[in-house]
Amino acid sequence: MADDYKGYRGKAKDTLIEHKVRVWSDVVIDSTRGEFIGIILPRSETADDKHIVVKLRTGYNVGLAVDTIKRIKEMSYKEAIYKIPEKEFPYDPKKPNVKLLGTGGTIASRLDYRTGAVIPAFSPGELYGSVPELADICNLNTEKLYGVFSENMGPDQWRGTAEAIGKEIKKGIDGIVIGHGTDTMHHTAAILSFMVQNSPVPIVMVGSQRSSDRPSSDAALNLMHATKTAAESDIAEVMVCMFGPTSDEYGLLHRGTRVRKMHSSYRSTFRTIGDIPLALVDNDKITPLKTDYNHRRKDKKVTINTAFEEKVSIVYYYPNMKPDIIESLIDHDYKGIIIAGTGLGHVNKPLYEPIKRACKKGIAVYMTVQTLWGYVQMYVYDTGRDLMDMGIVPAANMLPEVAYVKLGWVLGQTKNLEKVKKMMLTPIAGEITTREPYDGYLIYQGGLPEITEFLKKHNR
Amino acid sequence: MVKKFGELTDKEYEKLGFKCGLEIHQQLFTKEKLFCHCPAGRYTNEYDAEILRHMRPTLSELGVYDGTALMEFKTKKNILYRLNHETACTYEFDDTPPFPLNDEALDIALEIAILLKCNLVSELHIARKQYLDGSIPTGFQRTTIVGIEGTIPYKNRKIQIRQLGLEEDACREISDKGHLRIYKTDRLGMPLIETVTYPDMKNPREAAEVAQIIRRLTRVTGKVRTGIGATRQDVNVSITGGTRIEIKGVSRIPLIPELVHNEAMRQKALLEIKAELKKRKLSEKSYKIKTLNISNLLKNTTYDPIQKVIKKDLLVNALLLPKFKNILSYPTQPEQTFENEISDRVRVIACLNTLPNIISSETKNKNLSQKEWKTISAKLSAQSTDAIIIVWGDKQDSETAIKEIEIRIKEAMEGIPSETRQALANNTTGFERILPGPNRMYPDTDLPPISVSPQRIKKIMSGIPEFPWDREKRYRQMNLPQDTIIPLITSKYSTLFDKIVKNLKIDPVLTAATIIQKFKHLKREGININNIPQPEIYKMFEAYKNRKFAKELIPVLLEKMPSTTFEKAFKSLKIKSVNIKQLQSEIKDSYAKHKKTLYKPKKKENIKLRTERFLMGKLMHKLVGAIDGKIINTELKKLLPVLIKQK
Ligand SMILES: [Zn+2]
Repeated sequence: MADDYKGYRGKAKDTLIEHKVRVWSDVVIDSTRGEFIGIILPRSETADDKHIVVKLRTGYNVGLAVDTIKRIKEMSYKEAIYKIPEKEFPYDPKKPNVKLLGTGGTIASRLDYRTGAVIPAFSPGELYGSVPELADICNLNTEKLYGVFSENMGPDQWRGTAEAIGKEIKKGIDGIVIGHGTDTMHHTAAILSFMVQNSPVPIVMVGSQRSSDRPSSDAALNLMHATKTAAESDIAEVMVCMFGPTSDEYGLLHRGTRVRKMHSSYRSTFRTIGDIPLALVDNDKITPLKTDYNHRRKDKKVTINTAFEEKVSIVYYYPNMKPDIIESLIDHDYKGIIIAGTGLGHVNKPLYEPIKRACKKGIAVYMTVQTLWGYVQMYVYDTGRDLMDMGIVPAANMLPEVAYVKLGWVLGQTKNLEKVKKMMLTPIAGEITTREPYDGYLIYQGGLPEITEFLKKHNR
Repeated sequence: MVKKFGELTDKEYEKLGFKCGLEIHQQLFTKEKLFCHCPAGRYTNEYDAEILRHMRPTLSELGVYDGTALMEFKTKKNILYRLNHETACTYEFDDTPPFPLNDEALDIALEIAILLKCNLVSELHIARKQYLDGSIPTGFQRTTIVGIEGTIPYKNRKIQIRQLGLEEDACREISDKGHLRIYKTDRLGMPLIETVTYPDMKNPREAAEVAQIIRRLTRVTGKVRTGIGATRQDVNVSITGGTRIEIKGVSRIPLIPELVHNEAMRQKALLEIKAELKKRKLSEKSYKIKTLNISNLLKNTTYDPIQKVIKKDLLVNALLLPKFKNILSYPTQPEQTFENEISDRVRVIACLNTLPNIISSETKNKNLSQKEWKTISAKLSAQSTDAIIIVWGDKQDSETAIKEIEIRIKEAMEGIPSETRQALANNTTGFERILPGPNRMYPDTDLPPISVSPQRIKKIMSGIPEFPWDREKRYRQMNLPQDTIIPLITSKYSTLFDKIVKNLKIDPVLTAATIIQKFKHLKREGININNIPQPEIYKMFEAYKNRKFAKELIPVLLEKMPSTTFEKAFKSLKIKSVNIKQLQSEIKDSYAKHKKTLYKPKKKENIKLRTERFLMGKLMHKLVGAIDGKIINTELKKLLPVLIKQK
């Protein structure tokens, strides 16, 4: 069996074969560094071929260099079989029905203690086994759409997810939760905001920054918050539901087109940019922070539009960028370019020529800001006016990633640049706002006395 | 009755089947923490921010929650972490993945593993060991095995070492009241080694002696931390028929013998209780406890703890334990009975930590009135062979408490529950938590395995220090003062000592006395000896060897050296050294100067001795530091008879 040497190759595999042992053999290894007793574990595919991994009786794993091994004696063989305990998810006719669509990432999982492999829990029964609190909130049904890492989500998955949402709404679901890896959750949230329009129920995206095999994981709490939002909230929009502060206190509901992952590892990584979040959610209640949102409806009507043109790119401008960057997009037949420019929306002179060429060729070129906060304003300096003359369209305060997915969606429907412009600049799901509230941009600077005092008083 | 510590002979411990093993935790002396770049060893009570977390048990392989995990979840604790800008970064509170393992710490751990004669691991795998009490914000400790199966010599046998682990230290607890536990994060993440022995110690005294040997063994490296909390011992104890019980965090080795004795006696008592319950034909499967809300019955009680609870509208419950008479009052430890075992559980698990948290029909201290007990008894239809426990608290905590009491009562029928216990002030122990199961170890997927190359081991081997027992033998042969030998073995100056004695050929006794006794004395006077670089101390001894000054000046120089170099300290004394010839003429001058004016001997006095003392004082005053007092004395003794005769 191939799995007999799972993950082992080269010298390490030869050693196992030579001594007539395999993965899961319970062995005594005699080596130049002494005797080691334990079970041979599978080896990570990426690790070297010079060591054999053994789980000692104490539960610790150690690696033994193959060139120190003199003898291996098999005492017995104990293959591990993993199964997640399933408990039937209780049904209560008085509780709302929520559908959990899985795309990948692990919101709930359990760990195989022998290999450390994370086994995702996904069926209602499995989820009930690990987060029993969910049964107090709703009747839960699940469907696994995909099993991909967040970075591998793309147009196919976006379309499939949008269509699955449409189907559920037509069936009369009370709310939808979408399990998603956190890295590109904001891209998916944005495109779903365009592909699924006029939803009568909440569509809540959720994930975790610490996997649920860890006791301090944010997964269970995020899942409870998201499920509660889907089941009870009055906000019928695409939202991201993740930790507000890093403390286990409450979650925030972010509008799908204004949210962004802002830290590579913090729990409170998602932030609404240029506005305030829609609402705050904890185990007891959902507290709206904004009033201008789409309200829950009783009907089952929804518009699903999954058009998408894939030849769209984001160009993150940097000083001394060479024209060939833009030229290569033109030559490769791109239909749309989103530029994340400096400051109010600028690029250097050498890019003018290729940009002019792009616009002439009928490529839709839109300007956003790499500062993330604030509006594009291209009238202030000559350079901006020059760029607009060439055909670049300022995209107001649309976030670069949001502009990217929207342009793909719009170009999927029309290639007429005038129509494209009209659709791009008409807000559909809050991607462009007419005003930025004074508290839409708050990045507190650590170290300031007033911030130090705030942090001491509040668990953030 | 429970036998007190000191009342048992080694033979009697043997008969009990007494076995004891050690887990010795020792902080390493590194600049930074184990998995992040925060400074190690900087402690503070100041904090800049607080973070709130909860711990949630994760499912184990068989789909059951680990016992400890479940207990911690039952307690529903809010855990607050205090963060200080200087001592913690985002790693400590689990918002950043680990950085690569600290190489300095690994080198020290390897060195100690070699000293313990362990089989060294070729590739380290970082494991996560779950702790759900919140003492580590991730909910697990990152730990790795460096070596296994070592030995240390003890008397004429060997104590086996199970393993040497390298791991991160946990938070320091500030408080734990009700449902809130507060930790500070300064110590969190500091590198720590854990030396685990087999249960090879056969009586309490041996446990302490072996702990001492291991401590010395780690200290000979000069690379471990010392001082309060730098070394902590976990001790496990069992007797025949008993269970392995772990006593956590014993801060001082001398406390070990009495603690482990008391634990062995507690196990013996619990086994006796089990036997008695068996005789009464009680079994955990069929035992039923009746519970009754008696808040109304005690509305007008004058018993203070319950009166307070009634005022706050909380619940008072009575539990009827059939056929349980004289069990709750059965002594288990000095001044403790089985009732304490129950109170402990209620305190820890139901978070009812204002004591007393329970009373019973067998509680000795004054509590409810006779009349009140009678009413309760009647309400419960209690028989004369039964016992009653009363517990109080809010609804949720009361429920948890009642369940937990039931669990503990039934455990008494099975014997000794597996648990970890904490050392208390009077050398008894109290319940800390259920002993974690084997299912709490799993690989850390955040870090790749670390290969330990033969070259790395070779390099460490080349600098390996002498074994403490060898060092001790050598020092005894040098006839060092008794009180300097043990401290010198583990002193960070021991290598310096050997260098001074070997290279400079200075008297080992003088060197040891200086390094151990003088240093200690000066430290007590507030001189910061630790600030003097070792090469400067060597320079001082070198100058002394070259007769630049006398030994009386050593403390004077040391006093100055924390803030300057030896050279500058020496110059500031402005002393000129004196040779023997110069000394002789000084003696002659002094005798000539004083013989007529000041010296008037009384009758019967020993003229020579009196003169000698008098002149010695004068000469010492003039020549201090310029030449050894001993030499002055020798010369004076030689010359004086001659000078007196010349008169
Ligand atoms: Zn740190």
